[in-house]
Amino acid sequence: MSTRLANGGRLLDRGRRVDFTFNGKRMNGYAGDTIASALLANDQMMVGRSFKYHRPRGVVASGAEEPNGLVGMGTGAHFEPNQRVTTTELYDGLTATSQNHWPSLEFDVGAINTSLARFLPAGFYYKMFIHPRPFWKHVYEPIIRKSAGLGKAPDQRDPDTYEHFYAFCDVLVIGGGVAGLQAARTAATTGAKVMLIEQTAHWGGRAPVDGGTIGGQPVGTFVDDLVAELSAMDNVTMRNRTMGAGVYDHGYVLGYERVGDHQPEAQGPRHRLWRIRAAQIVTATGAIERPLSFAGNDVPGVMLASAVRDYVVDFGVSVGDRTVVVTNNDDAYRTAITLKKVGLDVPAILDARVTGQDSPLMAEAKSLGIQVLLGRGISSVKGVKRVTGVDVCSQSGEGAVLEEIPCDVVAMSGGWSPVVHLWSHCGGKLVWDEATSAFRPDVTRAPTGARGEAFVVPAGAANGALLLGDVLSDATSAGIAAAKAAGHEGTAPSALDVEKIKEAPMAPVWMMPQGAGIKKRQKAWLDYQNDVKVSDIQLAAREGYESVEHAKRYTTLGMATDQGKLSNINGLAILSDSLGQPIPQTGTTTFRPPYTPISMAAITGEARDERFQPLRQTPIHEWHVSNGAFFEPVGHWRRPYTYQKPGETIDQAVSREVKATRASLGMLDASTLGKLVVKGKDAGKFLDMLYTNVMSSLKPGRCRYGLMCGENGFLSDDGVVARIDEDSFLCHTTTGGAERIHAHMEEWLQTEWWDWDVYVANVTEQYAQIAVVGPHARDTLAKLTDDDISAEALPFMAWKDITLGGMQARAYRISFSGELSYEIAVKASEGRALWDALLAAGSTFNVTPYGTEALHIMRAEKGFIMIGDETDGTVIPQDLGLNWAISKKKEDYIGKRAQARSHMTDPARWKLVGLETLDGSVLPDGAYATAVGTNANGQRETQGRVTSTYHSPTLERGIAMGLVLNGPDRMGEVLEFPRLDGAVIRAKIVDAVFFDKDGEKQNV
Amino acid sequence: MSNSVSALNGASANGFVQIRDMGLQGMITLRGDLSGATLKKAVQGAAGGDMPGTGRISLTDTGAAAWMSPDELLIVVPYAEVEAKLSDIGSTMADAHHMAVNVSDARCMFSITGDGGLVREVLAKLMPVDLSPEAFKVGQFRRSRMAQVPAAVWMASDGEARVVCFRSVAQYVFDLLKGAAAPGSEVRYMAR
Repeated sequence: MSTRLANGGRLLDRGRRVDFTFNGKRMNGYAGDTIASALLANDQMMVGRSFKYHRPRGVVASGAEEPNGLVGMGTGAHFEPNQRVTTTELYDGLTATSQNHWPSLEFDVGAINTSLARFLPAGFYYKMFIHPRPFWKHVYEPIIRKSAGLGKAPDQRDPDTYEHFYAFCDVLVIGGGVAGLQAARTAATTGAKVMLIEQTAHWGGRAPVDGGTIGGQPVGTFVDDLVAELSAMDNVTMRNRTMGAGVYDHGYVLGYERVGDHQPEAQGPRHRLWRIRAAQIVTATGAIERPLSFAGNDVPGVMLASAVRDYVVDFGVSVGDRTVVVTNNDDAYRTAITLKKVGLDVPAILDARVTGQDSPLMAEAKSLGIQVLLGRGISSVKGVKRVTGVDVCSQSGEGAVLEEIPCDVVAMSGGWSPVVHLWSHCGGKLVWDEATSAFRPDVTRAPTGARGEAFVVPAGAANGALLLGDVLSDATSAGIAAAKAAGHEGTAPSALDVEKIKEAPMAPVWMMPQGAGIKKRQKAWLDYQNDVKVSDIQLAAREGYESVEHAKRYTTLGMATDQGKLSNINGLAILSDSLGQPIPQTGTTTFRPPYTPISMAAITGEARDERFQPLRQTPIHEWHVSNGAFFEPVGHWRRPYTYQKPGETIDQAVSREVKATRASLGMLDASTLGKLVVKGKDAGKFLDMLYTNVMSSLKPGRCRYGLMCGENGFLSDDGVVARIDEDSFLCHTTTGGAERIHAHMEEWLQTEWWDWDVYVANVTEQYAQIAVVGPHARDTLAKLTDDDISAEALPFMAWKDITLGGMQARAYRISFSGELSYEIAVKASEGRALWDALLAAGSTFNVTPYGTEALHIMRAEKGFIMIGDETDGTVIPQDLGLNWAISKKKEDYIGKRAQARSHMTDPARWKLVGLETLDGSVLPDGAYATAVGTNANGQRETQGRVTSTYHSPTLERGIAMGLVLNGPDRMGEVLEFPRLDGAVIRAKIVDAVFFDKDGEKQNV
Repeated sequence: MSNSVSALNGASANGFVQIRDMGLQGMITLRGDLSGATLKKAVQGAAGGDMPGTGRISLTDTGAAAWMSPDELLIVVPYAEVEAKLSDIGSTMADAHHMAVNVSDARCMFSITGDGGLVREVLAKLMPVDLSPEAFKVGQFRRSRMAQVPAAVWMASDGEARVVCFRSVAQYVFDLLKGAAAPGSEVRYMAR
């Protein structure tokens, strides 16, 4: 059984007991434990079931590479699935539940799959469920999805907070092991601004576990001294519990800080996403031990040798009483030695190598009385939910059992792979290292920045330097090199006096035994989480999946949440062997960020709830909110669509607003309308180029409606231009067009007409603008001003500065409704005051604030076009019968040439007309008018479509505008518009102006 | 006059730093040839300070002049004096090609005060700018973004930052700053 040892556990605070539950069972551990170490201390070896075969799985590793130990944590709103037990710190009250089993972890129905494993090979789902085709979407996938999947999604809103933080430094060191600490120190001594991040809660990485001495002191002491030294330096920031998640272009790095995971009751954010810009990045990300591929290597109790050692040294946990070590290298001997020294039994070290002379570690193991069997491997592991023993065989044979050794732990080591992920994220290339049988960074092909310079420097084990002395000297030069590249020269400190322990070379072992038959290969796991075995990769190779990227996707090797940290190298070694090519030729799959999964909420940061998206508010917004406004989004603005009175439907409210405005007086918050000031001696010339009509002839004090097109001639925006004085104009744009048209103007001024004397400013938000509309509009204003606003003093399409309710106001007499209408602009800060004053003054005229829908209906009743309804990026002004607003005299304007092209002048272009349904109903928006025959695709021919359609409260019938083939020449003809339900609506082609055709109402 | 109300009407919030809507501030967009002597004179007349260099702001007791772009400055003056300053600029610039417009009401200005390091940290949660004391000193000025909206920032002193944003998003910016200053979320990166 696995248990807590009486002594040891360098990361534990044995004075602080911590209570937690696993699958409802009460357990306890100590402060400093991870969930994994605490589970093992409570003899909970099995932690989950595998994805495909639902096989019992136990903890394999002690760090970020753990494939099996994923649990759901917390309850209710705090529930989160897929938390890795080896990297999650224990806290009091933690609740964890295992995943991927039903009904329970101990007894799981899905485990039947493991008996069917022979029938579920690689590509099984692809092959089995491809026919009949529709079945995949409607039958197979829904069922398969239910039986698959790891964690459950949370079903409540996340109550925690998350945030981003932008940081800048000269040298960012990722990884706080001895290499990272040493690299940070050497970089910092040059004066560079250094940031050091470490994913765990501890500094020093695994060096204190692995041992050795520096300057005669144990590694732990060296680490403590280094941490103290760095902490005292002003130019160094150290951040633990912060993982380097990804390296991107231009030295941009994402760091994932788990601020609150270990202290859920504390104030502050749960996670913080660091968005770091570093001149140079040092990847001191260490190395990960590889499993060995032998039959039954997934039985709970089979673990990485380094993990077995970590649990003893770091957490004082014995994974089992009897441990068989199986290895192809010297490092695993450290595990045997460690176990033996704490009094645990190590019946044998099975070393796949056959070596001549004992290395120091081998000699030490032997001197402790450990049996070392050379040239031996594991034929198969005994046990189902727990290791009970191993069958020993000769590595070079086919697995004939030489002896059976009873044990409850197998500590395996297939060598070490440098963590090259962060090096590779932004294009760093790899080279195959024969000596360690691993890919390591090719420092001659580093990720490069804007000037082609390398911006990532690997250090220590991450650079393939596995021995302590090599790690430190490599890290020292990495620190110096990174600082220098960041502009800080310094000299390398004198070399450290590191104890040298010579290790015998490792021997690559990709399959154990070498000649394992199919039955063994079907039980030799490569990817624990996705249940990919040696036989699956071999099958993929036989079926023609030669590219490693294809084989990966076909077999799902490395596609689980651990992203193949354990399986990658072993898998591609098997693939290479099957293809009969060297491993470097096969290459690796692509390393993509994040290094380990990060929370979605951390990516979201503050952008949720009221901060999800900026909502633009006018100065009158509050009034809208408290007066029943039903809002609609217009760009980022929220505009009232209509103001509902108690008991009113939206349609009723809109109808009331239209009728009241036409009958007496309406008011609209038009503040969102774009307002651009154009000034300079060439302003008139500039506007003549931007608008299709002539603006330069406009007199100060007057307004003119204008159209703007893009270079391709299509109508882009419209609005009223007011001439303020000789060299300045105010151009109104649509609400959604303000920023776009401002940018359009700047672009032409900066790139084409840079020598014209014109400046543009966007003053949209400087003014609140209120439309006062209806037969009593003038009467209402007259109550608030002594200025002359008579029809003579302020005629249609003129503007005038007046004092209104004591405020300086500019009154534009323009109309988008066909009524007598003024748009009054005041400073935004006085907007609400003006609104209130107008409401009071209009009270005797049944003043009725109206929203955007009433605005749309009134403009449609008048046949006025709306950008975005009548236009869609393919419509030119000529299509809309706006030829009166296109100057024929002007030599040029933006879009003029395009509008002369043959397709644009084609008489068959659909043209704007009014549409009046014969039965008075409302045409569906976007409906097409059908024509005789079918087109080349067998679709019904069409001859027009609806662009705007409303129920007109004024005319009490449906009205619409549409683009119709030869429309203006076909007045009175009846078109057929099929509805989606198959019914056909018949509508007559009429003039687009439905109401007050002569404009008498607006001209009073 | 009481009719005039800033976007948030002087709202404030206390977190690990203090956030305050500074009420109505006079602001003028001045565009022209920034190297010209006339414009320099106009700036001195309006803001009282020197011409700011690229990426800088020149601060005076009552106002400021900030570099917005190669041909644009932001002039900060008392709200009540905007019209007078505009006409001063107009008469100084005379026929020289320029533009001076009142944008006071189109903007909102926030003051963030407290421990200098913490003030910087609140901003650094929201703006992709190096706001460390050695990189962003009093006198520097940055136009950038704050989360999803444009914003400009400068340090009025070691313990106070100023932020200018558009009026329509004042509530959003206020909510951002308030959230970023939530107690317990100190980053302790620039503040020790």
